Amino acid sequence: MTAVPEPFDVAGAGLHDPREPGAEVTTHAYLCTGCPLGCRLEVDARDGDVLEVRGFSCRRGERYGRQEHVDPRRPLSTTVWVEGATIRRVPVRTAEPIPKAQVVTVAEALRGLRIRAPVRRGDVVLADALGTGTDVIVTRDLDRVAG
Amino acid sequence: MVLTAEPRNLASRYDVVIVGAGPAGMAAALGARDRGAARVLLVDREVEAGGILLQCIHAGFGLHAFDEEITGPEYAQRFFEQVLEQDVDVLTDGYVMDVASGGRVKLMSPSVGVTGVDAGAVVLAMGARERTRGAIRIPGDRPSGVMTAGLAQKLVNLDGYLPGRRAVILGSGDIGLIMARRLVLEGVEVVGVFELLSHPSGLTRNVVQCLDDFDIPLHLSTTVVGIHGRDRLERVTVAPVDDDRVPIMAKAWDVDCDTLLLSIGLIPDAELARTVGAQMDPLTGGPVVSGTMETTVPGVFAAGNVVHVNDLADWVSMEARVAGDGAGALATGARRPEQDIRLLPGDNVAYVVPHTISSDRPHTVSFRVRRPIHGPTLLRLSDVHQRKVRAVVPAEMVTLKVAPRLLEGFHGDVLRVDAIPATDDRAGEDPS
Repeated sequence: MTAVPEPFDVAGAGLHDPREPGAEVTTHAYLCTGCPLGCRLEVDARDGDVLEVRGFSCRRGERYGRQEHVDPRRPLSTTVWVEGATIRRVPVRTAEPIPKAQVVTVAEALRGLRIRAPVRRGDVVLADALGTGTDVIVTRDLDRVAG
Repeated sequence: MVLTAEPRNLASRYDVVIVGAGPAGMAAALGARDRGAARVLLVDREVEAGGILLQCIHAGFGLHAFDEEITGPEYAQRFFEQVLEQDVDVLTDGYVMDVASGGRVKLMSPSVGVTGVDAGAVVLAMGARERTRGAIRIPGDRPSGVMTAGLAQKLVNLDGYLPGRRAVILGSGDIGLIMARRLVLEGVEVVGVFELLSHPSGLTRNVVQCLDDFDIPLHLSTTVVGIHGRDRLERVTVAPVDDDRVPIMAKAWDVDCDTLLLSIGLIPDAELARTVGAQMDPLTGGPVVSGTMETTVPGVFAAGNVVHVNDLADWVSMEARVAGDGAGALATGARRPEQDIRLLPGDNVAYVVPHTISSDRPHTVSFRVRRPIHGPTLLRLSDVHQRKVRAVVPAEMVTLKVAPRLLEGFHGDVLRVDAIPATDDRAGEDPS
């Protein structure tokens, strides 16, 4: 079952029970991108509080529905220029999903970056990317080659 | 660890030789080792192992194989580490030309020249290649700037080139959707994705996270009917299609672009299977295989996209484990299970893999539907076994796991695989 905030849990806020009539309950449709299954989620919310998520088939899906309604996030994968390796771009990704609205700006910031081989999977190329609190890490090893 | 291995002195004889070191080949190598094959050789024509995974830098891999979502390069590297731990010989920059009867594998590479090794069993794991403009015969000029989505992916992700500045994508297969997002992230304008069918060809989650997230329009039931440009692509003509998929030229319009990416499907890269004389399945474009993934040529197995185009690398690796297991068993002297149950595609099923199964072991039967069913669907293996799923679409491969006890008493039988609405009377289910 979905957790509904207790009526008296907000200090100083007085009575606030999202289950009580007042603000309208709205239902929002999302498609879970947590795995290839693509569950169609329905999220009931009132005043930005998620009351219930339906349509998920795993816990990841329920979490996705809550997160998506309140603060949509996406993993970002891109590449950065690498010198001294057999290939010219090294794949990188955010260690955790970042706010959806910042995906493009973080990708833009990474476009100007140049790094040198060798690199190892997990190396940080950009710490706390644009204040998202998430590092951007390398996703493969690349040795340094002569020349 | 880098995904290449120093070519050692090749042994003259291997228990199992595997052609292709992508998600299928690497898993087949592990399957063969697990089954007791002492000497396993993995050959790949690229300078690194990993196959297409290396250019698939996006997340979406590993949910089944590693129970977490990782990117293609991470998936490749993890598998490759296991392969090396298992003492598999790896020959990169190597090309297998033929497998002669008796298991003589003819190969060449800059480090070993042209040579042959004897194999107790062979696993074909060459993957798939992309359909090109020629496959769908788009009329018009032949300027530069028209290429497959996978080639663009390689240019962008490995070679560091952008294919252009303003792109149109034809076909809503997963690679096309992934590339739409990829190009936007690299600063390329993506004007739109055009899909001939009335439904997307790729996974719904890719429509959401690759197109919707970036406000890239998806035009269904619309296709490219003209390509214009003398040296470089300048524009394409697109037109909606009617129910018979015939373009309605009166409603055509032009779209300015310097790049056209084609994401119009994959075909098994099965030349070698044909060369060795394996019977081919016209429905999949790959070889006919048994429940252990053995082709009709004794000792030659096949797995992954060379058999049928999968939507997930994880499925490919699972299937290839079966092939590696079968190859390892045969090479170490085990008896081949009797493949006396034939599987045939029935109602709304485009193809079924494997083509035959045996009653001595569990099988995973993979297939694809022809038409979407937007509601409870019954996946049925004759009257032997059935499973209900929420919905089916052609873009998503479906599977039925068949336990040996279900097959007791079936010998020389033909079982049909159907995918029908669960409300169908024959299913005996209540409408829900």
